[in-house]
Amino acid sequence: MDDLLREFLTESSEHLDTVDTELVRFEQDPNNETILRNIFRLVHTIKGTCGFLGLPRLEALAHAAETLMGRFRDGMPATGASVTLILATLDRLKAILADLEIAGTEPAGSDDDLIEALDRMSAGEIPAAQTQAPVAAPPPPPEPVLPPPVERELKPGEVSLDDLEAAFLAAPGPDDEPATVPAPLPVPAAAPVLAAAPASTPAPVAAAPVAASAPAPAAVQKADAPAPAATEGGEGLAKVQTIRVNVDTLEHLMTMVSELVLTRNQLLEIARRHEDSSYKVPLQRLSHVTAELQEGVMKTRMQPIGNAWQKLPRVVRDLSAELGKQIELVMLGAETELDRQVLDVIKDPLTHMVRNSADHGLESTAARVAAGKPARGTIRLAAYHEGGTITIEIADDGKGLDLAAIRRKAVERGLASQGDVEKMTDAQVAKFIFHAGFSTAAAVTSVSGRGVGMDVVKTNIETIGGVIDINTQAGRGTTFTIKIPLTLAIVAALIVRAGESRFAVPQVAVLELVRVDPTAPQKIERINGAPVLRLRERLLPIVTLTSLLGQEAGEAETHSGFVVVAQVGRQRFGILVDEVFHTEEIVVKPMSSKLRHLSLFAGNTILGDGAVVLIVDPNGVARQVSQSTQAGAIPAEIEAEEVEAGEAKTTLLVFKGGNGAFKAVPLSLVTRLEEIDAAKVEWLGGRPLIQYRGRLMPLVVADEAIQIRTEGTQALVVFSDGERAMGLVVDQIVDIVEERLDIEIAAERSDLIGSAVLRGRATDIINIAHFLPLAYDDWARGSRRPTKLSKTLLLVDDSAFFRDMLTPVLKAAGFGVITADGAERALAILAGETRVDVVVTDLEMPGSTGFDLVAAIRGAGQPIAGLPVIGLSSAVGAETVDRARRLAISDLVAKFDRSGLIAALAEIEAPALAQAA
Amino acid sequence: MMKPANSNAAASAAAKDGATQEFVTVFVGETMFGLAINRVHDVFIPTGITPVPLAPPEIVGLLNLRGRVVTAICLRRRLGMPRAQTQGAGMAIGLEQAGETFGLVVDGVGEVLKLGPDTHEAVPINLDARWRNLALGVHRLDGKLLVILDVDGLLSFGAERAEASAA
Repeated sequence: MDDLLREFLTESSEHLDTVDTELVRFEQDPNNETILRNIFRLVHTIKGTCGFLGLPRLEALAHAAETLMGRFRDGMPATGASVTLILATLDRLKAILADLEIAGTEPAGSDDDLIEALDRMSAGEIPAAQTQAPVAAPPPPPEPVLPPPVERELKPGEVSLDDLEAAFLAAPGPDDEPATVPAPLPVPAAAPVLAAAPASTPAPVAAAPVAASAPAPAAVQKADAPAPAATEGGEGLAKVQTIRVNVDTLEHLMTMVSELVLTRNQLLEIARRHEDSSYKVPLQRLSHVTAELQEGVMKTRMQPIGNAWQKLPRVVRDLSAELGKQIELVMLGAETELDRQVLDVIKDPLTHMVRNSADHGLESTAARVAAGKPARGTIRLAAYHEGGTITIEIADDGKGLDLAAIRRKAVERGLASQGDVEKMTDAQVAKFIFHAGFSTAAAVTSVSGRGVGMDVVKTNIETIGGVIDINTQAGRGTTFTIKIPLTLAIVAALIVRAGESRFAVPQVAVLELVRVDPTAPQKIERINGAPVLRLRERLLPIVTLTSLLGQEAGEAETHSGFVVVAQVGRQRFGILVDEVFHTEEIVVKPMSSKLRHLSLFAGNTILGDGAVVLIVDPNGVARQVSQSTQAGAIPAEIEAEEVEAGEAKTTLLVFKGGNGAFKAVPLSLVTRLEEIDAAKVEWLGGRPLIQYRGRLMPLVVADEAIQIRTEGTQALVVFSDGERAMGLVVDQIVDIVEERLDIEIAAERSDLIGSAVLRGRATDIINIAHFLPLAYDDWARGSRRPTKLSKTLLLVDDSAFFRDMLTPVLKAAGFGVITADGAERALAILAGETRVDVVVTDLEMPGSTGFDLVAAIRGAGQPIAGLPVIGLSSAVGAETVDRARRLAISDLVAKFDRSGLIAALAEIEAPALAQAA
Repeated sequence: MMKPANSNAAASAAAKDGATQEFVTVFVGETMFGLAINRVHDVFIPTGITPVPLAPPEIVGLLNLRGRVVTAICLRRRLGMPRAQTQGAGMAIGLEQAGETFGLVVDGVGEVLKLGPDTHEAVPINLDARWRNLALGVHRLDGKLLVILDVDGLLSFGAERAEASAA
């Protein structure tokens, strides 16, 4: 195929697209002469060129269509039927052009049907037109409702209408004798290169751009882009100097610039490591120039999104007729530019979505009127730049998605269970329409409703790293929002480390970074093994990159690192990585064909240091997240956990025992914390002692693994009991924490009550009752126990922990201790054989409270009714005091006030003993 | 470096015609393999390989060869041979297919041999099926056999697996 023909094909198909759009506009605004002239000129051009190139079929068709359009210009009203006929002719022209492109010659066939119809239309309507309006009637001003017509400037190589007209009149048409001399017609569609030559042609050539056109990238971009301008009738021949450049050439240039960017990055990386500043300045300059070059080359690839929208007015017009709906298409931001590669990918999805909006989104005219809406439905397309992305909105003012139907359908198709569907938000439910084969349309129309499409749309958009979102309001309409990167070639990415490898995460999807650490306030929690993070009162599902990639991660790694908070559509999740390095502009290289099936990766790139890293695809991760976690189920569970967390908290002293194990003891039992000089430890009869406040204090190790130090300082936790004191030798005192205690009782261990999780660490809670006898059995017990054990104390507390905790203290104070876990058990004991001298009860117990118990005691017969009672309460308020006084409770003691309790018991003891004496 | 890639079909046809052919010899363990020289673009030492999680086992990872991302394929694993006892750096042969660059990781690279049809034999029928599919023939050399490998076959494992799973 020769160059001339190829040029003709490119030009003609562009022209036909424009004519398509303009015709639809003309139909709505039949009096706009500008549009008509524009159409006329374009068809003229095609016809003329066909004659020149010897393409009789095309020429004959174009001629017939032009004749009909000539009638319009003469004042014949443009009816829907006539426009449809011309559109059909254009379709035929396109089909012939397509064959021509493949075969290189015009296909055989007859167009008599169309030509005849066109001729009949132009002939038959003439009288009507003449009677209707005088030929020279001045056109009324354009209706203000419509946006100003898109008027394109003349490209170089094209000629103005008037020039063309003059030339055309001289050219023989197909009806004349065989065209032997096509020479008078210049070649308007040919490459500008030719334009310099025909200086001798009779018709004036509009532009001779070759001599002047500089191949600057900024100018090149205009080559394929019809620049919208407001010149009336194409008269103002402001020439944009452009040349046509092969796309492959641009692609190659782009690749080279990408390599340059990589090399620049490598140089910068080296410069960062070296102090030598002599080449810093030229390097900076190189960096600058590279950035500008990159930008320039990127621009050459940019095209206005309007190019992808060009066909839409025609599509909507046809649909409108087919569906019997009145539809208005509003297009905003058509001049927004984006990479042509991206443009190619979204072209078809956009068309599909507009079709969908017209068919499903908008109601029938009757339904609209019934709903009190304007009869004419509106589909609004808008495009605008936002950061490094372009946002496209496709909105209709129709009935909105039928969420109930989608829920039902989702369950029917087994995509989700009934329960899941009910828990899902509307936005989540709406997403079901992206599933393959999903359609709620009651009837399958020729336009849509077969359930194919939206999944393809989503896949297409995701392949270019875009995201699609739905917002629907019943009765108000549906808006699809598509966010796509401006370009696919170079993106900003966050370089992270997971396990052994580094990865790049495109920054478009990253919302923020959160540092997590078990000791920090932001930490990973687990629900049935699934990691989650509390982030500003919201719960974020977490995936670890290493586990996504099928690698085993250590326990420590799954708890600390950085969470990359990402959003794909409405889905928000965190990717846990071990380290975050920096952001870098990376050149996306496609994945090897052998690895393209890995949906987690969008490609790979070479970093500044020369290493190859994989680019994580947030869309792929999002799919994995939703597969592994049921997003809807999480919030309910966490709420339950938070309610529990509202329960009473205990203050504990945390220390380190042997082998670095964490241990804790309620702070209320502790008298003092000491750091003593290790040299002061004395050994007496094989037992360690120290002189402490003028007395000897026995030392007991918190566990066997602890060695009492011989030098330096030794940490002690001092428990004292009346006159006696004991020092618990610990390795290190760590912290005081206030947390809700959830103790798992340890079996077979007398030195431990159990273990609990404090600040994310498993911690043993030690049992003081075990240690006190260790310190005292040979020198304290013998002398005191006989006199003190004469009195029996009933301890009532629902918490086993506090019973265990207080029992040794009370025993050490000289009481025989009986415990009860509730009021009923206590009353049973009191009614039994055992003589009880004093009752100590927790006032806040589930079921019957301490007050109920005391009331029952007071109501019982003697001697029980007169028993002294001490109430333990965590909150001593005026009301509690008042109630206690009425029930003759001897004393109220704060729950953890160990010494207060001993003092209160001592007060009771004195009169009681006196009575007994 | 950027020689035009001839197809293997042409290579095997040439063998039948009796023309002399040149092969780059490579070693995996004790076995010597030959690769048509017109398919070999490069011989390099693979360094800085980035492993690709979830990738097919044949793929060692990706590496940067003068600004190009190369997919490194382990010939040993491709042929289903046992793991090497010694984990040396090895060598890699740069191959191109459909505009992509691959690096075939081998234990060592030998000399280039010019071989005529006189030493050529068909692939013995008792060879392991996997080898039989990847070998174009065998050359009898002094004290050694040279197995000629089908480069396109070596690089087409992804599709092979897809077909197998489809079947």
